[in-house]
Amino acid sequence: MVDSFWEAKINEMEKSFKKNTDYERWKKDTLSEWNKKTGYTEKEYTNSSYMKIKELYTKEDLPKDFDKELGYPGEYPYTRGVYPNMHRGRLWTMRMFSGFGTPDDTNKRLKYLIKNGETGLSIAFDMPTLYGYDCDNNRSAGEVGKCGVNVSSLYDMERIFDGIDLSKISTSMTINAPAAILTAMYFVLAEKKNIDLKKISGTVQADILKEYIAQKEWMYPPEAHLRLIRDMLTYSTENVPKWNYISVSGYHIREAGSSAVQELAFTLADGFYYIDIGIDAGLKVDDFAPRMSFFFNSSINFFEEIAKFRAARRIWATVLKEKYGAKNPRSMQLKFHTQTSGYTLTWQQPLNNIIRTTIEAMAAVFGGTQSLHTNSYDEAWALPTDEAVKVALRTQQIIAEESGIGDVIDSLGGSYYLERLTSEIEEEAYKYFSEIEKLGGILNAVKKGYIQKEIAETSYKKQLRIENMEDIIVGVNKYIEKDEKPINILKIEDIAEHNQIRKLKEIKNKRDAKKVRESLDRLRIAMEDENINLMPYIMDCVRNYATIEEISNVGREIFGEWKESKIY
Amino acid sequence: MNGKNRKYIEKPIKILLAKPAIDGHDRGIFVLARAFRDAGMEVIYAGLLPTPEEVVETAVNEDVDVIALSLLNGAHMTAFKNVMNILNKRGIKDIAVVGGGIIPDRDKPKLEKMGITGNFGPGTKLSTIIEHVKKRAGEIRKLRENEYK
Repeated sequence: MVDSFWEAKINEMEKSFKKNTDYERWKKDTLSEWNKKTGYTEKEYTNSSYMKIKELYTKEDLPKDFDKELGYPGEYPYTRGVYPNMHRGRLWTMRMFSGFGTPDDTNKRLKYLIKNGETGLSIAFDMPTLYGYDCDNNRSAGEVGKCGVNVSSLYDMERIFDGIDLSKISTSMTINAPAAILTAMYFVLAEKKNIDLKKISGTVQADILKEYIAQKEWMYPPEAHLRLIRDMLTYSTENVPKWNYISVSGYHIREAGSSAVQELAFTLADGFYYIDIGIDAGLKVDDFAPRMSFFFNSSINFFEEIAKFRAARRIWATVLKEKYGAKNPRSMQLKFHTQTSGYTLTWQQPLNNIIRTTIEAMAAVFGGTQSLHTNSYDEAWALPTDEAVKVALRTQQIIAEESGIGDVIDSLGGSYYLERLTSEIEEEAYKYFSEIEKLGGILNAVKKGYIQKEIAETSYKKQLRIENMEDIIVGVNKYIEKDEKPINILKIEDIAEHNQIRKLKEIKNKRDAKKVRESLDRLRIAMEDENINLMPYIMDCVRNYATIEEISNVGREIFGEWKESKIY
Repeated sequence: MNGKNRKYIEKPIKILLAKPAIDGHDRGIFVLARAFRDAGMEVIYAGLLPTPEEVVETAVNEDVDVIALSLLNGAHMTAFKNVMNILNKRGIKDIAVVGGGIIPDRDKPKLEKMGITGNFGPGTKLSTIIEHVKKRAGEIRKLRENEYK
């Protein structure tokens, strides 16, 4: 049965838009006359979501119930921000996504960033780690430490966080398919450092739906990963109360080619699905919804991005309250991390990327982000150098401490354009929710490849617009320079791979093989019973220094593997 | 040239797109798949995480003219080489191999030397890539034609 919740919302929104007669008059009497006189040919303006953008917005463009929809910061529906004092009370966390080479290389980079004023950690893992392979697997050859840091066992986590106080700084880990294993490693690491699990804070990405949609990093069929998410959710809710057990991510959906509206709609649809998982596991929505966090992209169309962040908060609050019956305000507050867009960075004239990142970071701050990563100008080339990452961090510090942007809460709120755009993006998202529901829910839509095809369609259209000069990218299709000089980039030496393999051998020799085998066996048995929470079993394996691949292989054996549906 | 050969030449170019390592960045390869198809080619995508062996196996089974390799994860020097090694070991010369992705300038001559051409980076026009593929496919077809003579 199709729930009409979404359709009702769409109707409600459509009714809230008025006809703007004053604008029509001005357009006819003044603008058109002027254009005729000056020989200006009108053309259509759009944004990343192919919404039609007018040349002017006025008071009449605001929705009928404007005051109610806008509300106040820290109050439902949180359009203006989730906290009453927003960035005055607490600046966003400056959290630079970092990780490369060996755990020792990454430890050095983290300490460098902390020294330079970073306020939260964010770990990037390499491809083998993201797919649950050890560094000595044949398939890992050439990839160890290249796109992030390699973690094959707890020993590597111990080195990454050596000399860093986990009770004082929060950590975010971008890991999905083997998220439960890395989470277990972090928890066990805290235990070994004698820190109460109730005191550690941080976030694990763990958003598997967007993996099938966009980032394409999975190990098992969706149902198996979703069970692991349930286990992380319930375990953390009970034992690690300051841990965000999931970061529902639009970032990768956007990078894979979606529009802003698609990013928003697919991410929130994923979020609603995770809410369903918690409820199906027997929890009350207010028990676990407050620790669900989000992660969005901030791309280059300034107003579209700000509108997207505001719409995200309003939709989440509305749906959690009206559809899920949440009572705790914290369940309704959508908190998010933002990363500036990697896609918009150009390989050509890389210093221009500093400006792109600045605009995108400003949009995130105007949009009320809780934490922010700014990309470095050299990242279209490689992982960033120390110098480039420092410029990126300084960009945030300049916005925070010089620009005054954060001094006033939601300072662009009330802009006719921004408000109208916020409402229209919200409505477009509701249309997608309704569409997804008709397809049998997000999981089905993903399995059928519907979402993936929508994104591929938008991405191809974008590329053609660039080729046809309908969309301009400075330095790429306009203002091109010949004979550009290569910039200094970070090179990950192959020695990192050799060292990592050597360290893995070391720990395999040192650990108690019998204990490893026994804990893996216990995990295997637990996996066969759908009702058992696997977290304690995985933590047990990790404690005995079982490797990421050994633990993942138990799952591969029990759950099997997964091939995506054909998109071409 | 006899009629039979002409018919052979007129068959659309068949191209296998593959990311021969642990790399899920598939935005670019999907855009290319569409562009090649719109340019009249027959496109096969190798799916996620194929091993170099699987890439070559698919290429042979599908009888493609061109293998297009893409990696954005920095593993091209290892993974692209693996594909070439397997092709060489099996004595396959009548499949062209082109490359693309995040490939630093310093690696380009090395890849060329292995026989991987193109090696296009971000911002390259689709038309440039399509032209290059057509050129390489043309060479391959000429080579095959000569072999059949």
